[in-house]
Amino acid sequence: MILYAFRRLLESVVVLFAMSLVVFLSVYAIGNPVDILVSPQADAQEIERAIRGLGLDRPLWEQYAVFLRQAAAGDLGHSFAFNVPAIGLILERMPATLELAGAAMLVAVGLGIPLGLWAGLRPESASAKAIMAGSILGFSLPTFWVGLVLVMVFSVWLGWLPASGRGPTTDLLGVPVSFLSREGLRHLLLPAATLALFKLSLLARLTRAGTREALAQDYVKFARAKGLATRRVVGVHVLKNILVPIVTVIGLELGSVIAFAIVTETIFAWPGMGKLLIDAIGVLDRPVIVAYLLVTVTLFVLINLVVDLAYSALDPRVRLAEARA
Amino acid sequence: MKRLSAALAAFALAVSAHAADLRIGLAADVTSMDPHFHNIGPNNLVAWHVFDALTRVDENARLVPGLAESWRAIDPTTWEFKLRKGVKFHDGSELTAEDVLFSIDRPATLDRSPGPFTTFTRPIVAKEAPDRYTVRLRTASPYAMVPYDMNSIFIVSKKAAAGATQADFDSGKAMIGTGPYRFVAFRRGDRVELARHEGHWDARPAWERVTLRILPNDPARTAALLAGDVDAIESVPTADATRLAANPSFRTESKVSWRTLFLTLDQARDSPPGVTDRSGRPLARNPFKDPRVRLAFSKAINRQAIVERMMEGYALPASNLVAPPIFGYAQALQPEPHDPEGARRLLAGAGYPDGFAIVLAAPNNRYVNDEQVAQAVAQMLARVGVAARVEALPAAAYFPKARAGEFAVAMLGWGSFSADLALRSLALTPDPDKGFGTWNWGRYSNPKVDQLVVQALATVDEGKREALAREAMTVAMREHAVIPLHHQMATWAMRKELAYRPRTDEYTFAFAFRPR
Repeated sequence: MILYAFRRLLESVVVLFAMSLVVFLSVYAIGNPVDILVSPQADAQEIERAIRGLGLDRPLWEQYAVFLRQAAAGDLGHSFAFNVPAIGLILERMPATLELAGAAMLVAVGLGIPLGLWAGLRPESASAKAIMAGSILGFSLPTFWVGLVLVMVFSVWLGWLPASGRGPTTDLLGVPVSFLSREGLRHLLLPAATLALFKLSLLARLTRAGTREALAQDYVKFARAKGLATRRVVGVHVLKNILVPIVTVIGLELGSVIAFAIVTETIFAWPGMGKLLIDAIGVLDRPVIVAYLLVTVTLFVLINLVVDLAYSALDPRVRLAEARA
Repeated sequence: MKRLSAALAAFALAVSAHAADLRIGLAADVTSMDPHFHNIGPNNLVAWHVFDALTRVDENARLVPGLAESWRAIDPTTWEFKLRKGVKFHDGSELTAEDVLFSIDRPATLDRSPGPFTTFTRPIVAKEAPDRYTVRLRTASPYAMVPYDMNSIFIVSKKAAAGATQADFDSGKAMIGTGPYRFVAFRRGDRVELARHEGHWDARPAWERVTLRILPNDPARTAALLAGDVDAIESVPTADATRLAANPSFRTESKVSWRTLFLTLDQARDSPPGVTDRSGRPLARNPFKDPRVRLAFSKAINRQAIVERMMEGYALPASNLVAPPIFGYAQALQPEPHDPEGARRLLAGAGYPDGFAIVLAAPNNRYVNDEQVAQAVAQMLARVGVAARVEALPAAAYFPKARAGEFAVAMLGWGSFSADLALRSLALTPDPDKGFGTWNWGRYSNPKVDQLVVQALATVDEGKREALAREAMTVAMREHAVIPLHHQMATWAMRKELAYRPRTDEYTFAFAFRPR
């Protein structure tokens, strides 16, 4: 298994390398960040000076070589706009995004799977039909719209929850988190609900379909015939068997939620790293764009690895050595 | 009953403690606390709370004393600033000429700045402090803008900032200024927290604690105000401004901003990109070299309609490159009246009875409603026979292309403290060595304008200088160096219990908010 994990990580290094090159070339093709960052009053000499100061006067291959050399030493460069190490900037914002993504996934899994199970077990009941109809809405409503409506209802009309921001944070092992204080939780609730809605609907539908399929299988009939309690039939036999596709989707969605929570972060002014990426693209802050995507790819690789390991735990037929990525 | 009154008293206390706080929603991200790192609005806004400069501008963007109580030119190339006595930094030490000299030197030592402040310090070739409260700045040639330039150089404490890194400023260690607020905390991408500096030399602000929330998303900023998360916001989206103005719980303030929008027309190259006849074939010559064509463009544009329909009234039709309150605004120039018939006649007279085709380039995320305004202009041009195709790009892609000369007709917005400064960047014959015409995308060139602006910038007498600046503006605009569109309005919205004196320079200052 260690060998397997090691090979996966080695493959990801190649991906990281290729991606950094693509990002470098594409940002270079768009233009020169100094043209956007420099103050309008600056004259040509000042602009020259700024370009030199940021090392943008050198040929592209040389800039890339410098980047590679520094990256090998663990330094992904200084942000043009913030003048602090790009990786530090991302790590500083990461807890906010991870917390938001974690809370959203918790809501999605905690509600989606039970709702899906319920709908799968009693497909003809009115509640099941309501769940399915609701999930279609959750699927098709755009995130930014849902976010704005939630803000309008819960913050502006009812005044129950704050409209934006992260609120006060508490340090947990040196990492600032919101969920430990009441005020922090109040700030977390709306963005997490917005972000969770799509995943919740997805998981509910997936679970329902799996449950319906599993219920018709022989092993479920046999379990029932053996006289096992419904609770055990559903909780152990059905659930465990439908979990493999669900874990796959959770893994994929967790990655995308972390990397692209941007819409939600923007609407709720949540100081996460998704906003950082958009701002960085807006001013062509290349070190931040490159570092961000490197971090994201690494995250995806790690999540996929965990998902693969989870398969083997859930389904003894899966052998990691054979599961060639 | 007793318990109730105690509860009421506690409630009143809570309200009054709360009343001493002010939370403001800012429209743009603050990137750094270092006041000399990057010359952009949001960073300068924070710096104006914590620091002061030798000179300041009032709400009409006119120069007024700051840390310097007076200044004068003792000879054509030497400016002398007399510092206020007894001004205290947040750490209790006194401001002296040493701190001023240090602050003027510091921008040139930061070599990773993407928008350096050296623009304002480079003209100074020598400086000295004859005593603790006097600073003399020498320029190589007579230069009237030194007091204006000093409005952009924040004065830091030499003791706190010597050898300080960016991190020292962001953490607050080096954030020692003389400004009305002390630095408390900076949470990047989220907020800046400030506390009142009780010993400020000028005004005593009404608010003990100030939180500047960073809310760049327009609907989110408005929602934060509506929900009571913040007490006031800046840059109210035009659609929301009308709605908020009608809401009895809120007040809005607006004032003509120093940002003027205009179109640049390529007047130098023989075949500028994107300019063809109506069937796409190249034209024999560049039509914009003919002043009649430029005038026709100006007549074709219905500025009043743009102001009313695109900007919902939050703009003024423009005739100048600077807004009405600004130094050097030429009152005699009037916005060109909408006259499509006249425009068509002028085009026919210039040899284009069937018009021609252009690409009209504009950013789509830089100015208020920029792309919509460009679309409206394109339709107005179509009515006089000029087929304009709008190419709208995000600022990140637009400005590099525009500066590389890829557009013949392009939209640009500009803010300046004075007409001569605006003309220096926008209408002088481009000359990189002298720093002239850096943003003169159309490469307009008139020796008379060049000479007037150079003379104005070297004229120390403010009255004479303003006359020269006005004359230069009049000449350039009569020749349609660019086609002015409108002056934007800066807008604020706040709880109805607050009042703000709106500013032409668009700054949102916590210390300028008052309870009503």
